[in-house]
Amino acid sequence: MSASMTQTATDAMPGLQARSAETLNPARISVRKLDFYYGDHKALKSIDFDLPDRQVTGMIGPSGCGKSTLLRVLNRMYSLYPGQRATGEVLLDGKNILDDDVDINALRSRVGMVFQKPTPFPMTIYENIAFGIRLHEKLSKAQMDERIEWALTRAAIWGEVKDRLNSSAMGLSGGQQQRLCIARTIAVRPEVILLDEPTSALDPISTLKIEELIDELKRDFTIAIVTHNMQQAARCADQVAFFYLGELIEVAPAEEMFTAPKQKKTQEYITGRFG
Amino acid sequence: MSATTHAALPKASLPGGPAKNQAVAAALGRRRRATALTVKLACYAATGIGLALLLSILGTLFWNGFTALSPRVFTEVTKPPGSDGGLLNPIIGSLIQAGIGTLIGTPIGLLVGTYLAEYAKASPLANAVRFVSDILLSAPSILIGLFVYQILVVPFGGFSGWAGSVALAIIVIPIVVRTTEDMLRLLPDTLREAVIGLGAPKWKMITLVCWRAAASGIVTGVLLAVARVAGETAPLLFTSLGNLNWSLSLSGPMSSLPITIYSYAGSPYQDWIALAWAGALIITLGVLGLNIAARTLLRRK
Repeated sequence: MSASMTQTATDAMPGLQARSAETLNPARISVRKLDFYYGDHKALKSIDFDLPDRQVTGMIGPSGCGKSTLLRVLNRMYSLYPGQRATGEVLLDGKNILDDDVDINALRSRVGMVFQKPTPFPMTIYENIAFGIRLHEKLSKAQMDERIEWALTRAAIWGEVKDRLNSSAMGLSGGQQQRLCIARTIAVRPEVILLDEPTSALDPISTLKIEELIDELKRDFTIAIVTHNMQQAARCADQVAFFYLGELIEVAPAEEMFTAPKQKKTQEYITGRFG
Repeated sequence: MSATTHAALPKASLPGGPAKNQAVAAALGRRRRATALTVKLACYAATGIGLALLLSILGTLFWNGFTALSPRVFTEVTKPPGSDGGLLNPIIGSLIQAGIGTLIGTPIGLLVGTYLAEYAKASPLANAVRFVSDILLSAPSILIGLFVYQILVVPFGGFSGWAGSVALAIIVIPIVVRTTEDMLRLLPDTLREAVIGLGAPKWKMITLVCWRAAASGIVTGVLLAVARVAGETAPLLFTSLGNLNWSLSLSGPMSSLPITIYSYAGSPYQDWIALAWAGALIITLGVLGLNIAARTLLRRK
């Protein structure tokens, strides 16, 4: 049974080559019995899974399956909107971040987020990066310069912007803006980075750069990436989670997921039979 | 549809069938063209009338205004008829009152607009505030003058530049409320989430990012508000009254261009009437300049 499925999966997606299986690290974030509601609508049903430390978790599934919703729970972004609520546990270093006494702003400095569309702020490139740092730290001018260079270098954009740090970030290309947003996120030195379809608005070359960057960043950061692109999940992720209609159908190391999925739904989805 | 039914029906009534009655078609075509021509001519005529009125107003204003304009208008204060007076005190008075009115009205309007766009959104209170603000936007300005007369002129025992400034501020507020709210609502929610996602509190999101992103639109609104109050006569009639003497004191009656135009234009003296034309030209050019500045700002965005 499992052998024939493997056959089907590879036949259907010849370009898909998952990374070699590595053992997954211990959990950085543990999600336990998580339910999520938009008003009366239950969008996530009893989710249980772990984000392994300093590895990439790809979250896949058809539109509306709850993967972005789950991402927005991990940094409490949903708290912005009245009527949205989560129950259950999301443990970061053993502390449930859904508790009322959690300092949300401090949490968000530990769990950063990058969005589908680049969101540069209407200020200079330098100020874009400094903005997040100033929210949480008091640095001298020299320390700030150093941190900004570090963040831009880590986001693989330093070479392109080092001579125009004081010009507006709005003048950058889409791909550059997205890397700037990644730099802005890592400048705060979070532990976890959430990427919500970070390349769906970008051209193939910019996409490739971002994917290389993700590979580079996981040495220091725990990463969760929502994507509609199966190849991207295969290229970037160490662990893949498949969501369908608000449920977590299957979560497994990437290679296992793409070669020998245990659930029929997963196999149908990754071979492109629906979604 | 079977071939038999098809054949039984008159051919002309079926789509795709052979030609209709040519005579009827031609008559309908003639009527259609005649209607089109009539509507087109009516539109052109209406536009022509509107343009002609506007051009004749502007033409008269420019002709009489530039004839009356001289350096004296900007250097001399208002004087009795026949003694070579100027418009210095009305110009300065208008600048002061419009300036203070804008300075009072802008922060209030900005904060109310921010409240509507960022905090209250669609709550019942927000809808009530929005409704009241929109009514204020179109309220006859003489009512605002009378209102300020009741709350500032009567209790404090006299007309004053302050009362005039407050009346103008009340006109500024709803304009700035509307543009601020509209401009903030144009910002994508992902921009707000990006700021919040860095761990910023909401007030920093609004003041450091949202206001900055909406700045050119908000400044445009403020410029349009200044242009609007610069030409207002009615709210000043009962508040700052007008003053033919040189006075910079905001606690006494204060001169202004619209009021001076109003009283000079109705006077029997030729030189006063000429000064009224000059004043009207100055206001028109000022308002025109502000509008151009506002449009340029918006386009640059």
